[in-house]
Amino acid sequence: MNFTPQDWSAIRLTLELASLTTLLLILFGTPVAWWLSRTTSRTKPLFVSLVAMPLVLPPSVIGFYLLVFMGPNGPLGQLMDQLGIGRLPFSFGGLLLASCIYSLPFVVQPLQNAFEAIDERMYEAAATLRASPLDRFFTVAVPLAKPGFLTAAVLGFAHTVGEFGVVLMIGGNIPDKTRVVSVQIYDYVEALEYSEAHRLAALMLVFSFIVLFLLYTLNPTKKKAPAA
Amino acid sequence: MIEADFHLALPGFSLETHIVLPSRGVTALFGPSGSGKSTLLRCIAGLLKPQYGKLIVNGEVWQDASHFMPPHRRPVGMVFQDAALFPHLSVQQNLDYGAKRSRSKASGTDNLIELLGISHLLQRRTDALSGGEKQRVGIARALFSAPKMLLLDEPLAALDAQRKAELLPYLDQLHQQLDIPVVYVSHAPEEVARLADYIVQLGEGRVIRSGGAIDIFPALLHPLSQEEGVFTLLVGTIELHDTNDYLTQVSIGAHRLWVRYINRPIGSQVRLRLLARDVSLSLDPGVRESSILNTLQTEIATLEETAPGRTLVRLTLNEGPALLSRITTRSARALRLQPGQQVYAQIKGVAPME
Repeated sequence: MNFTPQDWSAIRLTLELASLTTLLLILFGTPVAWWLSRTTSRTKPLFVSLVAMPLVLPPSVIGFYLLVFMGPNGPLGQLMDQLGIGRLPFSFGGLLLASCIYSLPFVVQPLQNAFEAIDERMYEAAATLRASPLDRFFTVAVPLAKPGFLTAAVLGFAHTVGEFGVVLMIGGNIPDKTRVVSVQIYDYVEALEYSEAHRLAALMLVFSFIVLFLLYTLNPTKKKAPAA
Repeated sequence: MIEADFHLALPGFSLETHIVLPSRGVTALFGPSGSGKSTLLRCIAGLLKPQYGKLIVNGEVWQDASHFMPPHRRPVGMVFQDAALFPHLSVQQNLDYGAKRSRSKASGTDNLIELLGISHLLQRRTDALSGGEKQRVGIARALFSAPKMLLLDEPLAALDAQRKAELLPYLDQLHQQLDIPVVYVSHAPEEVARLADYIVQLGEGRVIRSGGAIDIFPALLHPLSQEEGVFTLLVGTIELHDTNDYLTQVSIGAHRLWVRYINRPIGSQVRLRLLARDVSLSLDPGVRESSILNTLQTEIATLEETAPGRTLVRLTLNEGPALLSRITTRSARALRLQPGQQVYAQIKGVAPME
């Protein structure tokens, strides 16, 4: 397949965005998922709902609010101005923030499910073996939730790669900065360059299938064996 | 000495127990399910934080009104009902988990692996172990953390009869070799009779009675007297062995009983179990023409019809512990049995518990 330099740039940008988004989400989503899995607080449904919002909201709505929030009159935009860092809309940084919000449930939910599936007595056993709460988290919860981490990373990555609406709203279509593969395809179609669109679309198709296939091969949903 | 005082209120259940336990030997927390014995054990481990709690172990305050030592700071070893081994670690790594984190080093760990018969399992994954093996690894893991107290939460309950029988000798061994207090939760009278030195009987979150196992055991059985398997626990001393007939003579006070050969030196203590249905009563000692080996002269303390047509007779052995006999009400009437009467107890079967 012959990709143009713009194609390659879009592919590279997409991979960068998806990798960084996944990394950040695992880093910050894990404590959130852990808290949600352990809390008995009555505020839990509130936070579960907030985390799930990006699943149901149209990307244009997410993008719109982020644009307002990050824009010159938005709270984040003004803060960035005061700090002299520059504005987030139409930048890679803005795209990264938007992707993190857009893909949040795809990382937090598998992690939360994995943590909730761990038998409470594992933590109790660890506690009676002198493991502090933090120690228990890293030596019992994380290893036992490993399938959840794999699912979270793969879904977070793949979902970010497939992002389109939010990118258009927040990032626009700036070559080398915010033009990811999905936007590039859109451009080709707009310009009626179907064969170019085909190349990238096929790439996305194959990529998505391979990623999901690998996920379900490596991480089969476990059937509980009957108790011996 | 271990003093534990816990007040815990949960929806539909409350625990109010104040107990003092000896700092050596095995204490059994005994009672039916829902009696609060596991809850009490979890309070001792610090896994449950009651509204009010006081726990003093050999002078060290683990918990009082103003201070709560979290579970990972308490030097206890806990064995869970189905072992709760870490599935992501090998057997050896499970053992090391507590050992690495413990401030004091456990001594004799090699000996322990030998004693529990798990040396061939060390490199295995935990899901490849049988129930009994898991439980033995669970016990070793708890002891590897060099605990000052060992807590066992119904370690045999999840096992079938054969596995139970397989694990009990290991528990016997531990009982003899450990010099830390052991708190053992169980609802099975046989386990308690075999292992306990001290018994706390619980019911509905309250202590019903507590005391030395031998003194308290007869009283424990009262609520169980309906059961077919009701038995008497006796502690005796080995007097002599008859290797020709493969028999051992055990003395209980002034009485002597022949039991099947026990492979232990003369002078050692043994626990004997006498099923009430294996003890029959006679008014004369004429058992010369009988296959029964053991006849004891006793006095009737009480008679009670525990089921239609079935009478449970409580007998005293020279002011000593009670002996239970289950006979038919018809026999009791035919022999005109009454409290205070001298009778001969013919013992058909008696089994050593070790």
